[in-house]
Amino acid sequence: MQEGAADPGLYDYVPYRGRTPFAWPGGKKVAVWVSPNLEYYEIDPPANPHRKSWPMPHPDVVGYSHRDHANRVSHWRMADVMSKHGFPGSVSLSVALCQHHPHVVADANARGWEFFSHGIYNTRYSYGMDEAQERAIIEDSIRTVREATGQTIRGWLAPALTHTPRTLDLIAEYGLDYTCDLYHDDQPMPVKTATGDLISMPYSLEVNDHYGFFIYNMSPREYARTLIRQYERLADEPSGTVMCIPLHSYLIGQPHRIGPFEEVLRHIAADGRAWPARAGEIADAWRGRAL
Amino acid sequence: MSLDPSHLEYPNRREGYDHALYPYRALHQAPAVQWPGGKSVATWLCVSLEWFPIVPEDKPFRAPGHMQTAYPDYRHYTARDYGNRVGVYRLLDSFAKAGVPASFAVNAAISERYPVLLRDIQSAGHEVIAHSTDMNGTIASTLPEADERALITRARDVLAQACGAAPRGWLSIARQQSFRTADLLKEAGFAYCCDWVNDELPWAFTNGLINLPLNHELSDRQILNVQQQSVDSYAEQICDAHDWLAGEAAAQSSARMLPLHLTPYIIGLPYRMDAFEGLLANLKARPETWFARGSDILESYRSHM
Repeated sequence: MQEGAADPGLYDYVPYRGRTPFAWPGGKKVAVWVSPNLEYYEIDPPANPHRKSWPMPHPDVVGYSHRDHANRVSHWRMADVMSKHGFPGSVSLSVALCQHHPHVVADANARGWEFFSHGIYNTRYSYGMDEAQERAIIEDSIRTVREATGQTIRGWLAPALTHTPRTLDLIAEYGLDYTCDLYHDDQPMPVKTATGDLISMPYSLEVNDHYGFFIYNMSPREYARTLIRQYERLADEPSGTVMCIPLHSYLIGQPHRIGPFEEVLRHIAADGRAWPARAGEIADAWRGRAL
Repeated sequence: MSLDPSHLEYPNRREGYDHALYPYRALHQAPAVQWPGGKSVATWLCVSLEWFPIVPEDKPFRAPGHMQTAYPDYRHYTARDYGNRVGVYRLLDSFAKAGVPASFAVNAAISERYPVLLRDIQSAGHEVIAHSTDMNGTIASTLPEADERALITRARDVLAQACGAAPRGWLSIARQQSFRTADLLKEAGFAYCCDWVNDELPWAFTNGLINLPLNHELSDRQILNVQQQSVDSYAEQICDAHDWLAGEAAAQSSARMLPLHLTPYIIGLPYRMDAFEGLLANLKARPETWFARGSDILESYRSHM
């Protein structure tokens, strides 16, 4: 990015109107990717001078134990529903989960899910890092996921969405080819970096379960209807778009939410216009499209 | 600019947790549980009885629901006390009508100030568990150990005096504990606490204290006050949860818990009570439901250990 400039210079302006219609493999109109955040939050992390980890003194019991529900209960509840309806996951991974709860990571890997990095812990923020420190977490991410799963990460979602001006240049330099941190489009778009070939993979804050439940205060059934409306609108448009469903199992996997959510996956799977895919497959199909 | 090197050091990055309070166990790895009578969903009504001093102390933090305006905050003082005068009696009547038992998590101040309410709860066969001293009795690691110990033992002793036996369960205000709380509760003779929301079956701390997870996401406070949804939506969400848990219990041959945390000044309002009574009747009519007090769930769970 152009550090300090009013326009960070991440991408060119491309109006939605007039784009060449595009179809995903099989003639599908919407690539649908489900992105479970598999995270580890530390109970007593060091205090980053730029952002506090927990609102309460450590241990923040509700904050910590709510997220712990993911790794004890709700990961399997969410993952079983996804597998049942044919949706693979593309995991936003706190890579230290490979050490803390390896069998959660192994379960996701065995289901054929893809992993990208969401930092070391979701309680360690990039704000204030120097270049060597930022390189260290990227190299740690690549190494840790490779050792735990055999996969080489291709994507990045900054830990707790904390960035530095050099993050995108660095991940592109290390060969990562998609970022989930930019929200300017419903299609993948090239990102301007010093080296490499980075695209923005449409992720979503707006239909992220965290936003649905805690920013917009939706009921489980309202959130389910929201996802179906999002899908229906994108499927009706000719462009060839991407719909991401970003999830946290400790939210969507609660007993009052998982039933309505299963109806969303059932609806999309039955509709016929969706390509349920992993983020890397979407990146490949987009790069290989006929222009 | 750079961060202190400690930000890239991970001394607790190892298999299991980054603490020793309790060991890791996934729900699907837990021994299968069956509740009495072959029921698969233990439905646990847990009512918080809270007395908010009109002079908040904020040590170590201000409880949810506490005073909000400049002193004197009549509106919140009285609206909270409404729950202790009116709302709780609506709930007691609704439990009697449905024929269901409950746990009541009671500030010691409620017992001292409103002894008739304690007697009415006890004579109906409900369980009384400790819920700190009053709504200034918050706990966090910033509270000195001696103060935390004194708070826990005072809450225990006041209820023991009023009830004729020490309470077996403990609920912290806002479920917030210090790193010492589990040990202090164990030392004070408690069998269980309800603060950690990480599971859907009971589990044991390293020191042997049991945690009965009281799901905060299914609480009336979370759904009605924080997320500002309607009571009809609340009832629908609880029924959806019950449906899912009953199905999961059947599929996995192991029982489940449906904890309903209730607050009289929230759910006990006139315009919400019909829907709540309808919910109780709905749950009561389901063949999977076992209405149980916290101590009933604890006893049944222990019989499997």
